[in-house]
Amino acid sequence: MDKSWNNRAWFLVLPVLLLVAFSAVIPLMTVVNYSVQDTFGNNEFFWAGLEWFEETITSERIHAALGRQVLFTAIILAIEVPLGIFVALNMPKKGFWASLCLILMAMPLLIPFNVVGTIWQIFGRVDIGLLGRTLTAMGIDYNYTSDWLDAWVTVIVMDVWHWTSLVALLCYAGLQSIPEAYYQAAKIDQASRWAVFRYIELPKMRGVLLIAVLLRFMDSFMIYTEPFVVTGGGPGNSTTFLSIDLVKMAIGQFDLGPAAAFSIIYFLVILLVSWVFYTVMTNLDREDRP
Amino acid sequence: MARITLSNLAHSYLPKPRGEADFALKEMDHVWQDGGAYALLGASGCGKTTLLNIISGLLRPSRGRVLFGERDVTDAPTAERNIAQVFQFPVVYDTMTVRENLAFPLRNRGRDAAYVEARVGQIARMIGMEGALDTRARGLTADAKQKISLGRGMVREDVNAILFDEPLTVIDPHMKWELRTQLKRLHREFGHTMIYVTHDQTEALTFADKVVVMHEGRVVQTGTPEELFETPGHTFVGYFIGSPGMNLFEAEVSGDMARVMGHPVPLGATYPPTGGRVQIGVRPEFVSLADAGLPVTIRRIEDVGRHRILRGEVFGQPVNLLLPEDRPAATGSAFLQLAPEKINVYSDDWRVQPVGARRAA
Repeated sequence: MDKSWNNRAWFLVLPVLLLVAFSAVIPLMTVVNYSVQDTFGNNEFFWAGLEWFEETITSERIHAALGRQVLFTAIILAIEVPLGIFVALNMPKKGFWASLCLILMAMPLLIPFNVVGTIWQIFGRVDIGLLGRTLTAMGIDYNYTSDWLDAWVTVIVMDVWHWTSLVALLCYAGLQSIPEAYYQAAKIDQASRWAVFRYIELPKMRGVLLIAVLLRFMDSFMIYTEPFVVTGGGPGNSTTFLSIDLVKMAIGQFDLGPAAAFSIIYFLVILLVSWVFYTVMTNLDREDRP
Repeated sequence: MARITLSNLAHSYLPKPRGEADFALKEMDHVWQDGGAYALLGASGCGKTTLLNIISGLLRPSRGRVLFGERDVTDAPTAERNIAQVFQFPVVYDTMTVRENLAFPLRNRGRDAAYVEARVGQIARMIGMEGALDTRARGLTADAKQKISLGRGMVREDVNAILFDEPLTVIDPHMKWELRTQLKRLHREFGHTMIYVTHDQTEALTFADKVVVMHEGRVVQTGTPEELFETPGHTFVGYFIGSPGMNLFEAEVSGDMARVMGHPVPLGATYPPTGGRVQIGVRPEFVSLADAGLPVTIRRIEDVGRHRILRGEVFGQPVNLLLPEDRPAATGSAFLQLAPEKINVYSDDWRVQPVGARRAA
């Protein structure tokens, strides 16, 4: 087919360019702008160069927050992914109970983040919360406002409660796409339950698992609302994850320059890890092909 | 290896079947002799796959028993039955290599490595995949995947039976011939009972010693290809086997004479008086044009190479006949002669057994 060359066609891209500019590029550039300047109020700004970036990279406070963040993400991935797979494997495949399970599983995903936080904040309180009171009554010394381990456990259980459904639903969709003949063939071949999982179910879930892990990684790495509502980052700094630290800097202390530099580095870290993760997974996939 | 007996077997997919119509398999008794090569032939949805899955234990029949030899296996799980089954669409274990795929059924049964290696090599040779043993199964073509499925079905030597569920649907035509020949050879060599499900009559007739024809959840006839051709036990067999299928005419039959709309048609034998809807059936091969006989209107002549097919109507009922290449023919009115010994009589679709030879004329 002959295509005519007309440079005016570029104008057709203009609307999307404007849209992206206003919704993403300009706000991001504002952040970049702040990250290289300093201010002492009065709307006066001074060139600061890479000072804030250096400060961010060398800040021990931020290092600690990053460490907590990595640990948190690692723990919830290590719980939610296997648990999600396990739940998906045990969900009914069709009929009334399948629909009921789907609805129940979708429920936590529909609850707004701050509501989830509030639910667990109240649930865990030792004075009025069902969980807190029950644990105390059982003689367990539980208090998420004073004990860092209790705070961590609460935040992790809350995240598992909130997000395991997502992994389970994605895996369930992957499992549903396996034709019955595969299970029949496995029976004929006398495959064990483990072999069925290892050689049929897991390979077929691989694509959706990739998405699930990626989504859970990004989301948990950016987590803010729920722990903030429950613990406010405490006790001390023990549940201050990257976002919470960032917001404290930007809005609490109004340190716009350092916060902007922090934001950019934070964004690049997530981007980098997601990219590496995605590339590795898709390459593994490709190596399988002859 | 063992004889497989289905006794009073019936199956319904509904938990509480009410009428006969709710049954995917109507009540049947059937014996698969040890070492037989059977084809299970029938239109799509007639219950072939259901029957196969009952034999392999993937389905538990609603009624009746399944016996392997003398042993009742109705409630035995698939793994205990030692059956191999190949499905219509390729099933391969994606993450395994071709070699691992073929070895899988043997390894699961704990066979030693040397035996597995030798057997896998043998099967790979048979399906022509020796060169690809170490590639992963994931990226292979549907053809190759189905060959692996076939190979996995044949890799065990001690199976009670090998069941094939339309295994060559996705295979290239030239490969079909080759694989079918391989299966035949395998059968001769090892003598496994083989049941081969298909809706393709050529496939059934070339593969099997005995063809079992199913129709609407029933076995309507079991026989050699010749028997199915010469004396179809049910009008469905007549229609389904042969190309084109058997011609059927509404008729009245008394003794050795049938009347089609009043026109006399002599029969090759004497038949008892029968009730119900009576039809006479004769294959297109045994119908010829003549100067007198049944009046026919020829509508179309199709040249299919070795012969021509004439399509026409006798009193509004469609009729086909085969004509040698060299015989002249034209559309329009003509007369038909039916070879008397080749005519079968049907009452309510089932063949009527003649009581005696034709009286001397």
